[in-house]
Amino acid sequence: MSSKNPVRRAPRYVAEVDEGGLGAVDAVRVSERKSNLWLDAWRDLRSRWLFWVTSVLILFIIFVALFPGVFTNEPPNDNCQLSVSNAGPSPGHPLGFTKLGCDIFSRIVHGTGTSLSVGIIVTVMVAVMGIVLGAFAGYFGGWLDSFLMRIGDIFFAIPYILAAVVIMSMFLHDRNIWVISLAIGFFSWPATARILRSEVLRVKQLDYVMASEAIGLTKLRTMFTHVMPNSLAPVIVISTVGLAGAIVAEATLSFLGVGLPNNLFMSWGNDISAAQTSLRTAPQTLIYPSIALSLTVLAFILLGELVRDALDPRTRASR
Amino acid sequence: MFWYIVRRILQGIPVFFGSTLIIFAMVFAMPGNPVLRMFGERTPNPAQVAALEAMYHLDQPFFVRYFLYLGDVVQGNLGYTFAGQSVNEILARTFPTTLRLALLAVIIQLGIGVTVGLISGLRKGSVFDGTALVISLLLISMPVFVLGFVMQWFFGIQLGIFRPTVGAGAPWADLILPAIVLAALNMAYVIRLTRASVLETAQQDFVRMAYGKGLTRRRVIPVHILRNSLIPVTTNLAADFGILIVGATVTEGIFNVPGVGNELFKAINRHDTPEIVSIVTILVIVYVLVNLFIDLLYGVLDPRIRYVK
Repeated sequence: MSSKNPVRRAPRYVAEVDEGGLGAVDAVRVSERKSNLWLDAWRDLRSRWLFWVTSVLILFIIFVALFPGVFTNEPPNDNCQLSVSNAGPSPGHPLGFTKLGCDIFSRIVHGTGTSLSVGIIVTVMVAVMGIVLGAFAGYFGGWLDSFLMRIGDIFFAIPYILAAVVIMSMFLHDRNIWVISLAIGFFSWPATARILRSEVLRVKQLDYVMASEAIGLTKLRTMFTHVMPNSLAPVIVISTVGLAGAIVAEATLSFLGVGLPNNLFMSWGNDISAAQTSLRTAPQTLIYPSIALSLTVLAFILLGELVRDALDPRTRASR
Repeated sequence: MFWYIVRRILQGIPVFFGSTLIIFAMVFAMPGNPVLRMFGERTPNPAQVAALEAMYHLDQPFFVRYFLYLGDVVQGNLGYTFAGQSVNEILARTFPTTLRLALLAVIIQLGIGVTVGLISGLRKGSVFDGTALVISLLLISMPVFVLGFVMQWFFGIQLGIFRPTVGAGAPWADLILPAIVLAALNMAYVIRLTRASVLETAQQDFVRMAYGKGLTRRRVIPVHILRNSLIPVTTNLAADFGILIVGATVTEGIFNVPGVGNELFKAINRHDTPEIVSIVTILVIVYVLVNLFIDLLYGVLDPRIRYVK
């Protein structure tokens, strides 16, 4: 193996073959550009300007959520004065005041964390439930598959916001980020499970799964080490879009009046709902939280779409 | 076709019982006295508590209770609100309005959605296509209540074209603005779905064949491309309907449309849990039935689906 001819032998699980013509067939050219699904997708993504705009926006949103103090010193809730109710912008208060005289800018900045936390908790929960249930259903098949998918059908048959409305109205006193995330997430896993299941059904036909079972790995081990990681691509797409959906769901529940309590949590949905009464006199109380909410949702939906396009060789080729 | 219908209806039965059981369990399997929980901060008077306990058959074991309650619901006895109003009467009064609103919304969503999607798909990369994609993306990212308020503020208050809230009797003209808001999200999905589907269909061999045998675009586009592109749009109608139910609650709340959604909206704001539970149960049952109907329709439209196991 000289440096002139950079080849690497593929590891063999069977007896060594003689170094005849077959050796060349087994050899892998190291100098050739590496290629797999994720690398191809990354190469595609980084060549698109929209991806960079979206990424910067999302990083910015995360930064605001983590360090709201960098952007405003104004407390969102404690320094409200009715004397400036619905007032316009003034020095130090760039976006004006709400009906109760709170600083709109500060409320938006502090509300970022709430929206993002709910989005992330719901997404992780839905992804874990969907991946585990979908993988077991798809890989083991049989009665387990039928059983899990029928359960999924039942949960799928309930619009998740309606279910969350019922759950939240039973929790009048102890509403917090975890309860609302559970209420949203508990009814939105079947979509993820279905998508993962159909991907597992495709992957489990592939040669490396048979090879893995042939060298004696248990079914469970094969599922976790080979089938599941190779079925994740569509779940990543639906999870990114789902994060946006969870943020919308939290805001919608707050708008309906079964969201997070107004005095303890900053929530864009609460603020937009409160703006309803001063729509005619002070549209700024409505417009700015709406922009913040829509922009955040837009960022995650765009990221999801870009990743989906990048992961799908068909759309890549047609561009 | 017969066996397809039978199979699909049999599959619907566990979904029907399962979904209503889950809603019921969310209320009654929680720790504590569910009736006291329903009152929240208020202190109930004993007569109200007794009435609710009788309504939900609280002296029975859980599953018996569920079937007794379901029996009541199916027989059209939906119980009473805290204020003592019959939920039946409320639904009978409000349902027609919601139906009209939903009808308008579906017409807008399919009419505009399919037309725009078709043109976009046929002229991929054009200015029209780009604009349609950007607008649909914006509509998808805007929660329905944000869009509702913005439209109400802009068209109702700033421009004064429409009345910002719906008047007595909910005349059709007043329902147009709420219907546009309600339809917006689904319309965006229909545009994208139709566009993607048209792009794919236009490359099929049978389309080339149709052009090859000398048919004009006027014939090929509606008969060969459009009809085959509508199958995924039909499949998606079921998911659209779920969005429609939730959207109606929000939209009717904003525009004060006297419909079922508005009742639910008001019940939530009054913390009237018995009414919330009754309305949600009914909405879930309607949703399950509509899903069943759309699946059967899909079987009629696309013969292939009938033979898939």
